[in-house]
Amino acid sequence: MSDERHMAFICSKGTLDMALPALVMGWAALGNGIDVTIFFTFWGLDIINKHRVDHLEIAPVANTSMKMSMMGVPGNLGIPNIVGVLPGMTAFATKLMKDKMKALEVPPVREYLQMLVDAGAKLYACKMSVDMMGLTKDDFVEGVIDIVTAGDFIDMTEGAQIIFI
Amino acid sequence: MVAKTIAGKTVEVNEEGFMTNPNEWTEEIAAEIAREEGIPELTADHWKIINFCRQSAGASGKAPTLRQITVGTGVSTKELFTLFPKGPAKKVARIAGLGKPEGCV
Repeated sequence: MSDERHMAFICSKGTLDMALPALVMGWAALGNGIDVTIFFTFWGLDIINKHRVDHLEIAPVANTSMKMSMMGVPGNLGIPNIVGVLPGMTAFATKLMKDKMKALEVPPVREYLQMLVDAGAKLYACKMSVDMMGLTKDDFVEGVIDIVTAGDFIDMTEGAQIIFI
Repeated sequence: MVAKTIAGKTVEVNEEGFMTNPNEWTEEIAAEIAREEGIPELTADHWKIINFCRQSAGASGKAPTLRQITVGTGVSTKELFTLFPKGPAKKVARIAGLGKPEGCV
């Protein structure tokens, strides 16, 4: 094992808001010369699924942090769950978040992933999840190195700082 | 802040080694910091990036982020990480005589 700092992220969620932490922190780590490995498991596979990556969403239902203030209404008024279940509310919340990301010059997830790969991040898919969801390597975006077992991941991240998302 | 002599010129640097006054920067200082950072020689491709950072910071007052550099120069992420290996974010800013980039992308 080298003395060089190594960070490993485990992405287990496939919602738009939960896709971003590993991308943002991974990019920052790469920019600071730190090796980065990202392991996508369970719903996190959506982030590297080429049919899904452009369609990650965020639902307002049961999301107590998503307040009306995001839409310019002052205070702590929440989005009532009964409103959140209306058709189109998830798409609406997703568009709102994507617009806010765009305004901050945050690239879309597909492009962000490519930046990380180009900067040297190593991406892996979890074998058990891949088997469970009936996926193959062809379903993933370019840059995903391999489908590996949990044991492989543990081996390849010896000494790394591991962050579970 | 401490005074440090780089390429024969005394400049102010902060505790992380970033120059604090971009006006004290010279091309010779850039070359010497680059050598400290493990880049033996600055090529035209390096200068394209350094010059962009200087211009960008001159306009905004802040060192550009890596994505602002790739978008602004047309240099790809891969090239940027090859030209300034092992941590281009701080390296580019230090060589260009700027502070640490402020911004996450």
